[in-house]
Amino acid sequence: MERNLTQIALFAALIAALGLIPKFTLPLGVPITGQSLGIMLAGTVLGAKRGALAVILFLGLVALGLPLLAGGRGGLGVFSGVTAGFLFGWVVAAYVTGLLAEMWAGKGGWIAPAIASAIGGILVLYPIGIIGMYLKLDATLMGLTLSMGPFIPGDLIKCVLAGLITQGLRKARPGLVAG
Amino acid sequence: MISLTSEVRTPYHSWPAGRKLLGLCLFTVAVFYLEQSVAALLVMGAVACAYLVAGRRFARQGLRLIRPVFWVSLIIMTYHVLTRDIEAGLLVCMRLATAVAAANLVTLTTALEDMLDVMERLMARLFISPKIRRRIALSVTLVIRFIPELTRKGGTLIEAWRARSTKKFSWKLLLPFALLALDDAEQVAEALKARGGVE
Repeated sequence: MERNLTQIALFAALIAALGLIPKFTLPLGVPITGQSLGIMLAGTVLGAKRGALAVILFLGLVALGLPLLAGGRGGLGVFSGVTAGFLFGWVVAAYVTGLLAEMWAGKGGWIAPAIASAIGGILVLYPIGIIGMYLKLDATLMGLTLSMGPFIPGDLIKCVLAGLITQGLRKARPGLVAG
Repeated sequence: MISLTSEVRTPYHSWPAGRKLLGLCLFTVAVFYLEQSVAALLVMGAVACAYLVAGRRFARQGLRLIRPVFWVSLIIMTYHVLTRDIEAGLLVCMRLATAVAAANLVTLTTALEDMLDVMERLMARLFISPKIRRRIALSVTLVIRFIPELTRKGGTLIEAWRARSTKKFSWKLLLPFALLALDDAEQVAEALKARGGVE
């Protein structure tokens, strides 16, 4: 019980701390921001339930007024903004990523957690985020979906990173990683 | 851990947090139903006046918080100018800015402790057990305590990397960083158990 609680809390802190990493650019100019990687890791390392709780805890603190989102953003305003759908989608993304990671626990090296991150962090997250934007903006669903295109390569790279990091954590701390 | 609450004392700081939050929920829903540009402009103007009443320094803080909305509005207006539907674009931007500005006003004028009190009372009203409320309170405390700690350790990792590399940052630092979080969680769990556990 204590370990569950502290892992949820420390991963919420990790998601916040990853938001402070400045955007870095991989070869070919692909930008990588840290925070959504934290969401994927919450799923692959903690599993579905604890991963989702870590994200809910993180979002709760953002709502309470702490500037924890990338760029020092926070407060209730972000939940009224255009990307609010993505914030709520993060909870579902961490849950689905965790569910798949737990199903494939210990198998497939880095590829299984990477695929789990891609399904949760892209296939599940983006529709939720796009619907959120659609409800706020006067634009077509197709237009909004196409506008998300430039973010996909960076997110795919993040899925690979999540897979590699999860595999590394599995080797370094066997028994502590859910995925 | 510094919150976004403004250090500038305004009349709104003394308003009860629960009522501000309830008012904000109702206001945000109402803004969603604004269909006329004139009405949206008046409501946006009222929110702007609410900031100005508290002084120029406070209003500047509000402007800083709402800066991301300017950039999003620019993209929205570009799209609506191209589709020749400028009034619809203006309405969307005004509704967005109004809702976000009102929410930021509550954030700027409500202390973290007051927000936590409201959360505590809401959980009691929803019949959430004291055991779970204690766990939530402990989790919130742990996150607030460990964000600066993890950030500091992450900074040390980056400095150690820079002392040994020509690059400023590498993705390879993310594994030891995540390991720090896992290890800290283990140590804190041991410390909690040594003090009688969570219950």
